[in-house]
Amino acid sequence: MPQSQPEPAHDAIRFLLDGELVELANVDPTRTVLQYLREDKLRLGSKEGCAEGDCGACTVVVAETAAAGGLRLRAINSCIQFLATLDGKMLFTVESLQKPGGELHPVQQALVDCHGSQCGFCTPGFVMSLFALFKNSAAPERREIDAALAGNLCRCTGYRPIITAAERMYGYAANGATRWLDQPNTCNEEPRDEELQMTARLKEIRRSRALRLDSKGRQFYAPRSLDDLAALVLQFPQAVLLAGGTDVGLWVTKQHRQLETIIYTGQVSALKRIARSASYIEIGAAVTVTDAMPVITDEYPELQEVFERFASPPIRNAATLGGNVSNGSPIGDSMPPLLALGATLVLRKGERNREIPLDEFYLGYQEKALEPGEFVESLRLPKRTSDLQLACYKISKRFDQDISAVCVAIALQLDAGKVTDIRIACGGMAAIPKRAEHCEAALRGQEWSEPAISNVLSELDKDFSPISDMRASDQYRRVVCKNLLLRFHAETSGAVVSVYDYGR
Amino acid sequence: MTMGADKNRRDVPIRGAVGSALPHDSAHLHVSGAALYTDDIAEPRNLLHIALGMSTRPHARIHNLDLSKVLAAAGVVEVLTAEDIPGKNDFGPVIADDPILAPGLVQFVGQPMFAVAADTVEQARRAARLAVIEYEDLDAILDLDEAVAAKSFVLPSEKLQRGDSGAAISAATHSVSGRVRLGGQDQFYLEGQIAMAVPREGGDLYVYSSTQHPGEVQHTVAAALGKQNKDVIVECRRMGGAFGGKESQPAQIACIAALVAARTGRAAKLRLDRDADMIMTGKRHDFVIDYNVGFNDEGEIEGCEFTFASRCGMSADLSGAINDRTMFHSDNAYYLKNITIVSHRCKTNTVSNTAFRGFGGPQGMFAIEYVIDDIAACLGKDPLDVRRRNFYGTTDRNVTPYQQTIEDNIIGEIVDQLERTADYRKRRAELQNYNENSRWLKRGIALTPVKFGISFTATHLNQAGALLHVYTDGTVHLNHGGTEMGQGLFTKVAQVVAEELQIDIDRIKITASDTSKVPNASATAASSGSDLNGKAAQVAARTIKERLIVFAAEHYGVRRDEVRFVNNHVYVGATELTFAELAHQAWFARISLSATGFYRTPKINYNRATFSGRPFYYFAYGAAVSEVVVDVLTGEHRLLRVDVLHDCGQSLNPALDLGQIEGGFIQGAGWLTSEELCWNTDGALTTHAPSTYKIPACSDLPVDFRIAMLESHANREDTIYRSKAVGEPPLMLAISVFHAIRDAVASVGDHKSSPLLQAPATPEAILRAITRMQGGDL
Ligand SMILES: Cc1cc2nc3c(=O)[nH]c(=O)nc-3n(C[C@@H](O)[C@@H](O)[C@H](O)COP(=O)(O)OP(=O)(O)OC[C@H]3O[C@@H](n4cnc5c(N)ncnc54)[C@H](O)[C@@H]3O)c2cc1C
Ligand code: FES
Ligand code: FES
Repeated sequence: MPQSQPEPAHDAIRFLLDGELVELANVDPTRTVLQYLREDKLRLGSKEGCAEGDCGACTVVVAETAAAGGLRLRAINSCIQFLATLDGKMLFTVESLQKPGGELHPVQQALVDCHGSQCGFCTPGFVMSLFALFKNSAAPERREIDAALAGNLCRCTGYRPIITAAERMYGYAANGATRWLDQPNTCNEEPRDEELQMTARLKEIRRSRALRLDSKGRQFYAPRSLDDLAALVLQFPQAVLLAGGTDVGLWVTKQHRQLETIIYTGQVSALKRIARSASYIEIGAAVTVTDAMPVITDEYPELQEVFERFASPPIRNAATLGGNVSNGSPIGDSMPPLLALGATLVLRKGERNREIPLDEFYLGYQEKALEPGEFVESLRLPKRTSDLQLACYKISKRFDQDISAVCVAIALQLDAGKVTDIRIACGGMAAIPKRAEHCEAALRGQEWSEPAISNVLSELDKDFSPISDMRASDQYRRVVCKNLLLRFHAETSGAVVSVYDYGR
Repeated sequence: MTMGADKNRRDVPIRGAVGSALPHDSAHLHVSGAALYTDDIAEPRNLLHIALGMSTRPHARIHNLDLSKVLAAAGVVEVLTAEDIPGKNDFGPVIADDPILAPGLVQFVGQPMFAVAADTVEQARRAARLAVIEYEDLDAILDLDEAVAAKSFVLPSEKLQRGDSGAAISAATHSVSGRVRLGGQDQFYLEGQIAMAVPREGGDLYVYSSTQHPGEVQHTVAAALGKQNKDVIVECRRMGGAFGGKESQPAQIACIAALVAARTGRAAKLRLDRDADMIMTGKRHDFVIDYNVGFNDEGEIEGCEFTFASRCGMSADLSGAINDRTMFHSDNAYYLKNITIVSHRCKTNTVSNTAFRGFGGPQGMFAIEYVIDDIAACLGKDPLDVRRRNFYGTTDRNVTPYQQTIEDNIIGEIVDQLERTADYRKRRAELQNYNENSRWLKRGIALTPVKFGISFTATHLNQAGALLHVYTDGTVHLNHGGTEMGQGLFTKVAQVVAEELQIDIDRIKITASDTSKVPNASATAASSGSDLNGKAAQVAARTIKERLIVFAAEHYGVRRDEVRFVNNHVYVGATELTFAELAHQAWFARISLSATGFYRTPKINYNRATFSGRPFYYFAYGAAVSEVVVDVLTGEHRLLRVDVLHDCGQSLNPALDLGQIEGGFIQGAGWLTSEELCWNTDGALTTHAPSTYKIPACSDLPVDFRIAMLESHANREDTIYRSKAVGEPPLMLAISVFHAIRDAVASVGDHKSSPLLQAPATPEAILRAITRMQGGDL
């Protein structure tokens, strides 16, 4: 940080709104970006449809400096994002796009022309998700469009006209857009003047020391170094660790809980690193699911679908893998594959590090092997062994943006048609994400055949006694878990067994 | 003033003529975030925010409601209970059984008992959780079977009968009977229920309400406050979706806001969060349907019997008319010569169910389509052949069970055309072949028709008013009793006025629904918005136009038929004026440039006591073919292709109509597949947010989605520009999705029997049906 640039006050947040500096003191640590926009700024375009990250009516775009220079744009859900996490970032809302003269942005004009709005309440959110797509991707195909819009619900249009608009929006920018905002897909290009200026402004507001907010006795800390973080967590063992806030945010917006002390991990650059060793890939606890996904699927392409179906892009852009694993929900989607692959966690307490297998992390419902003052520093994912066969299946009522009724991951090793090793890990089947130890044991050494598998399926009843809830009955969970093993067998023999693979 | 006609001008149509595919009038505001919904309206000084305290018991007497902690909480200004309501504590649209705030007795989990007003929303919501309540639990009826057994009904059961169905079924060569459960559906409008009440001088109130029925909100608020209708004005510019959910229920929300405003003298806003909205407000009725049908070798139905039991919840709300419509649509497109329909309107200790796109019609149609599938399975026929065999005739076999002669039947034509364009037969053969060779994945296909009756079945509601002003610059202020919920009604009505006056649509100001401009308007519902309000606005426009013609003819000394309105101009004999010039001249000559228009639907007359007459002015038709693939191991399915052919008459706006067809279809598909409402054993809804209640998302749209509108079919009846209503009918096209799934499941048992598949067809419901086909049990 050049000395000419005064270090920003440690008790006020600074961010750019449409490129303009906003500095706010006394920020309530759990005030959401949506509340700020609607109540303080009277930017009324962003809507609240659910306050839980599920409908997308509140979608906004956040920009940070990209590793390669230039800006990196991400759609997020403003309803569950705490305002204080915007410190050092740049925010765009639906109001950012229109030209001063009133002319619409290509995304907006395409939506108008394709009849993409009816009641219009979902529309600002779609505009922002499409804007992120517009800037991040060129000529996306239908599947990419679906994926980009997975976090936006529309009850009126049935989506077809919105998809058409997504296909056509690039055409509106074709004839020489002069504003950076109107230029499609610049994120993968060399940044030009306007973008460089914005990047420079972002650098200007970057701070080197921790942010510390105090609002009526409630604290918000955003340390920047790992040591600072470790010290804070040790100092405030009762504090809530906040990463992407896609779980924590809902404690506030849905459960109306009052959080006293919050320690935000999202500014600790050491936690955002992805590193490789000879035997594993190490993913920092604050790496977002969006960023972790390509690294993981590069190594394990079989996990593509489950990560694509993990929440939605705006949630994945905020949510961290570390948060998913730390939260340890029995229906979280990353744990079954990570358990099946034998991932480990690096835990940090004060100056001490220790590594434990993920299997040993979950002790019981909402109970983890974390000591007071300890936190997750990173996750280590073993590299692929040559003869591994892997699958991960997510079963839910809806393909996109749904929570698993059952999630099953299976990692298999065969030798001459016999099972040398198998690890089966399930979500939705117990109070914690859990391996099917009885079934695994019964399969080891067996021939990998349908009759042999069918023979041992009842072992799964020893492993799991699932509950009934609104996502599925216990009976269904039991049966499907078994059937997914059969599906896996059929797939290892070359059959197409999933409706999502059919015809694709 | 220019002399001599510009020939070209006559060939150029105005912008926004009837039939043009104009975007929604607010589209540019929607996309820029500038469209104002109720929560976006500038907040008055000192606005109070309200939250509600809701019952946690399904049926209980409230022994003690201790609100002291609520009152003491930070920011709280006022707490209201039933006792604080000066007027009538009721918002029931038909029967007075819907308390605004529960008076000592709660009848469902989520029923509001008190309202807290505070300086901020968070303060109000936090405070509402602090009440200490002592309940005395009473027996609760939570499911339909219990309700029927206990004869717990909100309204008397009804019976509609023609011929002797019992005898016909016994005499028939074949018969099948069964029972199917059909789930409800949450409207899930993206904008939750909301109202803001602003006190005005002399105790008057101005209420902004997100409502399909401003008139009823006005009347209900006045009654609750012990005021008169004249003391309350209700305004609604637009809703963020409604789908029937904002027909009767906004009155409750508005009443609470108005009560707080009246008591405190401060403006007050009540906005339900998503959970409160889903827990507290009614949904589409779920049904248990018992059926019994007799038929011949060809699948022709000889006799048919239905017993419908629907969950009305704790009060009658609109359940009477909704269940009547179920009865009226359990024929769908089929001639049922001997038919008995019994309808039970069950009272349960759950939220009072209400209107939702289709208004009971979808459930009736679902029932007969289910039966037709069973017949086909029993006879080993293609269900389409059985469907066709039973279609209403055009000259005979064309009288409905409720004695209306169908004069506009085009279902045969639509189905013939769709069967061809969708390649139905070839695909069925191909799919059969696929299924024989596929062990885990099975495909299914179905073609189902829709015939939907247009009009409110309550005859008196089929009326509408409009108000039109022309200003001296030739621009127009348009108002009517309809409301805008995204369907594009305001655009369509403005197109009608543009067409009548021959002026560009952007010269017309579309204005908020407002009870002080058009009084006593019916709800915008029953798909009738454009039919009614379009006609009323047309009358108003014609009245003004007629005055202008009389004036111009006199002023310029020409015959009246020499005055013509063309493309923003008026030709008066050889003189050409702009519309604005004529308006100005007319004003100068002291001609009134303001008019009302009124319309009542002709021909309909219907006797509810005998369930006979002509409840519907006409019918809207359509048909759809859906194809799915189902996974027999998990019950997951995916919709592969949909072909639709729908009848919009002569469309007022093909782009908006297409939007209604597509949107309605996907919404209907959600109802029958992924949208599942669950209650726990304590009567609490467990699916009260989008995290647990899954409406269709983008990727649920089939990759191959082919929608066509029936070409060149003007409405036989004299509707507005011979168009047809299109709001509700397309929803029911999605019944084809359900039957395609059923078809795929049936293939597991080689189509030897018809699977018992419950709706919604979630993966679990599908796997259960498959397991049963395989002789197992899940
Ligand atoms: C709309 C929506 C859809 C979702 N869909 C899915 C889905 O499909 N699949 C799925 O698995 N999940 C889903 N989730 C949940 C998922 O987003 C979260 O579990 C997420 O991964 C948590 O990450 P986060 O960074 O947001 O964590 P936060 O919310 O910030 O924190 C989560 C928990 O982890 C703790 N924590 C965070 N970081 C650390 C650390 N370094 N060390 C110790 N503890 C830590 C926090 O204190 C907190 O208890 C969904 C959530 C939403 C809102
Ligand atoms: S309001 Fe629904 S996602 Fe934010
Ligand atoms: S346009 Fe109404 S929800 Fe999308």
